[in-house]
Parts: sequence; C-alpha cells; structure tokens
Amino acid sequence: MKWLILRRTSQLMVLGFFLLGPLGDIWWISGSLSGSLILKVLPLTDPLVFLQTIFAGHPPADMALAGALIVISFYLLVGGRVFCSWVCPVNIIADCAAWLRDKIGIRGVLFFSNSSRYWLLAMVCGLALAFQAAVWEMINPVTIFSRGIIFGLTGAVVVGATLFFFDLLLGKRGWCQICPTGAFYSLLGHLSPLKVIASGREQCDQCLACYKVCPEPQVLHEPLQEKEASPVILSGQCTNCGRCIDVCPQSVFTFGSRFSK
Amino acid sequence: MSGVGDKVKGIKETSRRQFLADGAKAACGAALLGIGAGFGASQAGASSQVFLRPPGAGLDSDFLASCLRCGQCVRACPYDTLNLAGLFSSTATGTPYYQPRKVACEMCEDLPCIKACPSGALDPGLTDVTKARMGLAVLIDQETCLNYLGLRCGVCYRACPQIDKALTLDTQHNKRSGKHTLFLPKIHSEHCTGCGKCEQSCVLETSAIKVLPRALAKGELGHHYRLGWEEKAKKGESLIPEVLDLPDRMPEFTPPFLPEVKP
Repeated sequence: MKWLILRRTSQLMVLGFFLLGPLGDIWWISGSLSGSLILKVLPLTDPLVFLQTIFAGHPPADMALAGALIVISFYLLVGGRVFCSWVCPVNIIADCAAWLRDKIGIRGVLFFSNSSRYWLLAMVCGLALAFQAAVWEMINPVTIFSRGIIFGLTGAVVVGATLFFFDLLLGKRGWCQICPTGAFYSLLGHLSPLKVIASGREQCDQCLACYKVCPEPQVLHEPLQEKEASPVILSGQCTNCGRCIDVCPQSVFTFGSRFSK
Repeated sequence: MSGVGDKVKGIKETSRRQFLADGAKAACGAALLGIGAGFGASQAGASSQVFLRPPGAGLDSDFLASCLRCGQCVRACPYDTLNLAGLFSSTATGTPYYQPRKVACEMCEDLPCIKACPSGALDPGLTDVTKARMGLAVLIDQETCLNYLGLRCGVCYRACPQIDKALTLDTQHNKRSGKHTLFLPKIHSEHCTGCGKCEQSCVLETSAIKVLPRALAKGELGHHYRLGWEEKAKKGESLIPEVLDLPDRMPEFTPPFLPEVKP
C-alpha cells in the first residue's frame, strides 16, 4: 500500500497546489497542467501541448520553451510515465473504473495494441501540422479534465464521467492505453535511469499478482520470466507506479537504477 | 439432489450477475451517448455568442496555433475580465475570452495578461494598450440607440477610454422634431481597441453598441481605390490636368421618334 498512498498523495497535492490560488488566494503556482509558473519564477509547460504549437507553425517563445525543457528533463530523470501515475488526475479515474469493473465483472470490449498510443501521438502532431492549430487540445481529455478542476469548469465533470464510463465499459484502463500524452512520456521513459527492477525474481512463485495489478502488464514478462534478460523493467511504457512492489508477496520488485545488474 | 440444487442456484446467480453487468453496460452506453448529444445541443445553442480575445492575441487562426490553454492570462487579469472557454463553448476549449457586456477590458497600462503569457500567443511586442485591437465597436442597432432616437444619452461616448478619438458624437438635424439636433455616436476604427466599455455601459436592456471581432466588423476598400479628395490634398493640387471645359452641344434636330415639344 505504501506506494499507492504516496502516489495518491502526490496526485492530490499537485491539484491542491493549483487550487490554493483560486480557493485560498495563495499563489504559489499559477496556470494549469498545460502551462504554469511556480513562485513567479519557474515556468513549466506540457511538452505535448508545446510540441503541438511547434507543429502548428508557431515559433517557440522563451518561457514556454524553458518550461517544456524543464518538464522533459524532470521526467527523463525520474521516468517518463511518472507523469501518468504520479501527477495525471485522470489516473485516479482510471484506477476507480478499473477497480469497479473487476468488482462487478465487466469484461473488455476494446483491446488496444501497445503501439496504438504512438499512432495516436503521431496523429496529434499530424493534426497540428495539417490544420495549423493545436487541434488535439480541443478534445484532449487529460488537459481538459485537469484545467476544468483547477478553473472550476463544468467540462471537468463531463470529461471525467466520459473517461470513467469509457474505462468501465469499453476497455480496462482504456484511455490510458491510447493516451498520446502517455505515449510522449513513454518515449522519454525509454531513456530514464530510474526503473523498477525484478531484482528478486528467483523468489517469484508465479502467483501473477503483479500481472493483475499492473496497468501495462506486457512490460513485466521479459524482466520477470526470461532469466537471460536484464531484471530491469526497461520498457518506457512502465509508469513507475510501484503497484507491483506493493502487491508482490515475495518482494521481488524494487526501485533502482537501470544500470544495476 | 443437493448437487442439482446447487447447480440451479449457481445458474441463477450467474444470470443475476449477468443481468447486472448488462444493465451497467447499457447504462454506460446511454450515458456516453447522452454526453455526446448534450455536446452537440450546446454547440448549436452557443453559436450566436461573440468571443473577444485578450490584448495582443492577433487573428484567431494564429491564436489557436500558439495558445497553450494554460489560463495564466486569466489568473493575471486583475478585473476578472478574462475567462477560459469551457468544453461546450463555441470557441476552442481552454482558450481565454471575454464578453464585454459582462465585464469589459479595463485596458491596464502594464498589460498583466500579456506578461503572464508564456507562449507568445499574446504578443509581447504590444506594450501600448491603446494599440491593442481586441475587436471593434459597432453601433449595431440604430433603431433602439437613444441618441439616434433624439435623446441625449451618450453614455457609451462618456464611458469610452479613448473619448473623442475612438468614439465621437456627430451632429445631425433631427428631421422628426424639425428643430433639434441628433448626437450620433460614431466609432473610429483607427483608435478603437475593442475594450467594450461602451457595450458594457449601454443603458438599454440589450446593448445597441456591440464589440465584434475586427474581421467581422470591418469593411475593406478595394486595394486600388484612391479617394480623390485625399489624393488632391496630399499633392496640393488635382492629380489630373484641369478638366477641359467642352462646349455643351445641344441636339441640332429633334429625333423623329421623340414627340414634338410644343412651346
């Protein structure tokens, strides 16, 4: 439970800091997850939104560029999809829907291949190029949901409910399987030094608890089962959420460096 | 016997669970459809709204390419003029806009919205707020404008931060009364920023003067058009040689198809 509690705390704290301004008039951070300014000094920019403005033909401004580079460097360091499991508010919805569909026994209708998120990412860039506008931002549920919460827009409820029903009805963690924001961070994750490692895989008794809990179970197979392969979960699609560490009764998994043997 | 009973009970439980699951699926499907329909309906209803962009936003086609939809300009606006477009808005969701009838732009001299913009979507080169062009005021309904009816309202004129430049009162004879003067508000596009103080201050139930996006409001002369009197003033004399004064030639005979004019 340790990592789960830490993750929820992190997710809620991110929203909490953004809400301190409008609710408590404490402006430590202004803006939204698409772009913000911390303590009136440190800019942060959603790199995928920034990328869309570049594809749309807008020359990069210093602040936005600096913000995107800071965010990219951070996630390069701690693991690309750390955004997905530690920051993104949609993760809370996805987790709730996944829990409920298991509880009432709804089986999946849609199954997405692991590459579909990258196709969607390519589509997002293609749309921006073709229409010379950040087209994806008109429907991007990740930014609409977080912005909606922070600015008190009704769209947050609508998008949140849509995502919940989509995940509940159509596919387990359906949105997260295809989300282009996650795809972008997956690309960063391929290079990140911080990884989950199946360091105690000799103790594994094949109970499959980790497979059941993992949002991207395809990343587990090689490091866990193939004794010749590295025990490090190298796939960029791993979100470094630590669920496997939490549930494994044999304590097979730990956080560590990708260079560890 | 008990084995058969268990089996029957098992089937019953399965079917109950199946029923619940199917019900849940149908409900979810209906909810998704409902959201879609609601989206469409609200889009249709919102089409008559006009959205003005913050100072320095430029054309909407450029703005939609550059705006990050982060909302920092909205937070920076000290008068809560700016809002973020919601999901069901007819303008792009997450982009900033204002509606002057609710809160007009106060034209802050230090332009906090532009300073807050990280992406350059609000042009940082705009430093003089009187050069901002958020829209253009149009006296869109002369039938209800009190000044056009011959009264001395003029509230829009007095509310204009660019009074006597962007908004003037032109005088005209009141033909209805035969002895009074009409003071007609006239907007001058070379000075109007589109702040919307006129629209906000209009005393009517629905404002007779409205700020529209410039692309909607402004006409454009043919590029080859030259106004003769301006060209003449520029040069100091007529551009063409004096017109030859040809003698007026009257018809020497009455064409047979015309009736004869009797003296």
